[in-house]
Amino acid sequence: MNIRTMAQRQIGAGSSNWQWSWLGALRPGHLVLPLLLPAAVLLAWQLTAAQGWLPVQILPPPSLVFSTLVDLIRDGEIAANLKISLWRISIGFAIGTSAGLLLGALMGISKTLDDYVGPIFKALAQVPSLGWVPVLILIFGLDEALKLIIIAKACFVPTTLATSQGIRNIPRHYLEVARVMMLPRLLFLRKLVIPATLPTVFGGIRLALSHAWISLIVVEMLAATEGVGYMMVWGRTLFQIDIVIAGMIVIGVIGLAMDFGLSWTERRLSRWVPRHG
Amino acid sequence: MVDLSASLPPRTRARTSAASWWERPALWRGLAIPVALLIAWFVVTRLGLISSHLLVSPEKLVALPFVDEAGRHVWFALGESVVRLVAGFAIGATAGIALGLLLGTSQAANRAIGPSVNGLRQITLFAWIPLLTAWFGNGDSSKIVYIALSAFFPTALNTYEGLRTIPAHYLEVARVLQLSWRQRIVRLLLPGALPSIFIGIQIALITAWIGTVGSEYAMGVGRGIGTFMAGGREQFRMDVVLLGVIILAVVGYVINVICGRVFRRLLHWQGSPS
Repeated sequence: MNIRTMAQRQIGAGSSNWQWSWLGALRPGHLVLPLLLPAAVLLAWQLTAAQGWLPVQILPPPSLVFSTLVDLIRDGEIAANLKISLWRISIGFAIGTSAGLLLGALMGISKTLDDYVGPIFKALAQVPSLGWVPVLILIFGLDEALKLIIIAKACFVPTTLATSQGIRNIPRHYLEVARVMMLPRLLFLRKLVIPATLPTVFGGIRLALSHAWISLIVVEMLAATEGVGYMMVWGRTLFQIDIVIAGMIVIGVIGLAMDFGLSWTERRLSRWVPRHG
Repeated sequence: MVDLSASLPPRTRARTSAASWWERPALWRGLAIPVALLIAWFVVTRLGLISSHLLVSPEKLVALPFVDEAGRHVWFALGESVVRLVAGFAIGATAGIALGLLLGTSQAANRAIGPSVNGLRQITLFAWIPLLTAWFGNGDSSKIVYIALSAFFPTALNTYEGLRTIPAHYLEVARVLQLSWRQRIVRLLLPGALPSIFIGIQIALITAWIGTVGSEYAMGVGRGIGTFMAGGREQFRMDVVLLGVIILAVVGYVINVICGRVFRRLLHWQGSPS
C-alpha cells in the first residue's frame, strides 16, 4: 500500500462512528475475507461435534443451535421473553433518561446546584449496577421494581453527566450574543441551547441505552424468572447449551440493532443540526 | 462499560497561600449533602425511628470488617479477588494488545478478523458466564477466563484505535526515512499509540474488576468479594452486602487514581502537542 492510500485511510477514519466505518469500506471483493474466519470456526465446530469429540452438553453442533434458535423463535419462546425484556428496558430507559436530562440540565445551568449535588452524584456513580443488585434484592426482593430501578440508574448516570456537560460547554459568547439580541426564551432554547447541546446529550443517551442493555442482562441473569437473560440461565441449568448459545446470539443481535439504530439517528440529527465552530 | 469521566478524580487544586477552606464554597457545598445524610443515618438508627433489620447503623458498618465473625472474612475475600483480577487481566490485556497491534498494522488482518471481533463484542460480557461455566466449571478457571475476556475487548479496541489515529504525516516520514519494520513499530507505532493503549488498560482494569466481582457473584464457588456479597444477601445481612458494595466501588476508584497518576507520569515526554 502506498502512502497516499494510507493517508486517505487515516483521514477517512476520523468518523466518530468507527464501529460502522468498515461497513462503508465494504466492496463486493471484501465481503469474502471477513467471512473466512467465522466459516472456518463453524466448520471446525461442526466437525468437532459430528466426530463426537466433545459431548453435546459441552458443545452442541451448530446445526442443533440453529434448529433450537428456529424452534425458540417459532414457538414464541424468544418473542415472549424479549417482550418482557424490552418492556423493562423501555420503562427503565424512559425514567432514567428523563430524570437524567432534568438533573443534568439543572446542574449545567446552576453552578451552585452542581457544587452541592455533583460530588455525591459522582461518588454514587462509582458503584456499578452489579453492586446495586444485591442491595436492591434485599430491599425489594425479586420484584419488577428491582429491574426497573437498575435499568433506570444505568441510564440516569450517563445522561446526567452528558447533559450537564453539554450545557456547560455552550460557548460563552453565544450566550452573550443571545442576550444582546434579546432572544425570546423559546427561540433561545430552539436556536441555541438545543442545537449546541444535542451532540453531547445524544452521546450520553447512546451510552445510556448500551448501559441499560448490559444491566438488563445482568439483572435478568441474577434475579429474574423470565426474560432473555433468564432464558440463558435456564438453558444452562438444563445443560442445554444450544439454548445458551441461541440466547447469546439473540443478545448480540439486539445489542447490535440498538446501537445501529441510535448511530443512524445520531447521523440523521447531526445532519439537521448545523455544525458549530 | 464504565464511564471513566465520572470516576476520574477531581483535579486537586493548587493551594496558593493557606487559602481558608471556607473561602472555597465548592468544597463545603460538596460535603453538605453527604454530611447531612450521615447525620440523618446516625440519628435514625440511634433513635430507632425505623425498625427494620435492613437498616444497619453506621458505626456497626465501620466496625464490621474488624470485629464481626462474618465481616472479618472480607480481607481474605479481597485478597482472592485481587489475585484473580491480576491473573485474568494479565492474560486478557496481553492478548488484547497483541490483537490490537495486529489489526492496526495489517490491513488484511483487520479485514479478516476485525468484523468477527466486532461481532463477538456485541454479546454482552455477562452473557458469556453460562457458557463458560458449562465449559470450565464453577471454579477459578471459569472466572479467570471471564476476567480475561472483560480485559480483552477494551485493550484490543483502544490499541487498534491508537494505531489508527497516528497522524498520516508521521507514517510518511517513517516511509521517507526508510525505517525498518521493527524500527517503525518501536519508534513510531508503539509510542504513537501509547496514550490510547493506556486508556484501554485503564478501562480494561475497571471492567476486569467488575468482571471479577460479577463472576464471583454469579458462580458462587470459592472466596472473593462477589461471593462475600452473595453470602450476605442469602443471610439477609445488609451490612455485609453494603461492605461488599463499598469495597467494589473503592477498588474501582483506587484503580482509576493509580492509573491516572502512573500514566500521566509515563507520558510526561509527550507534553503538549506543538
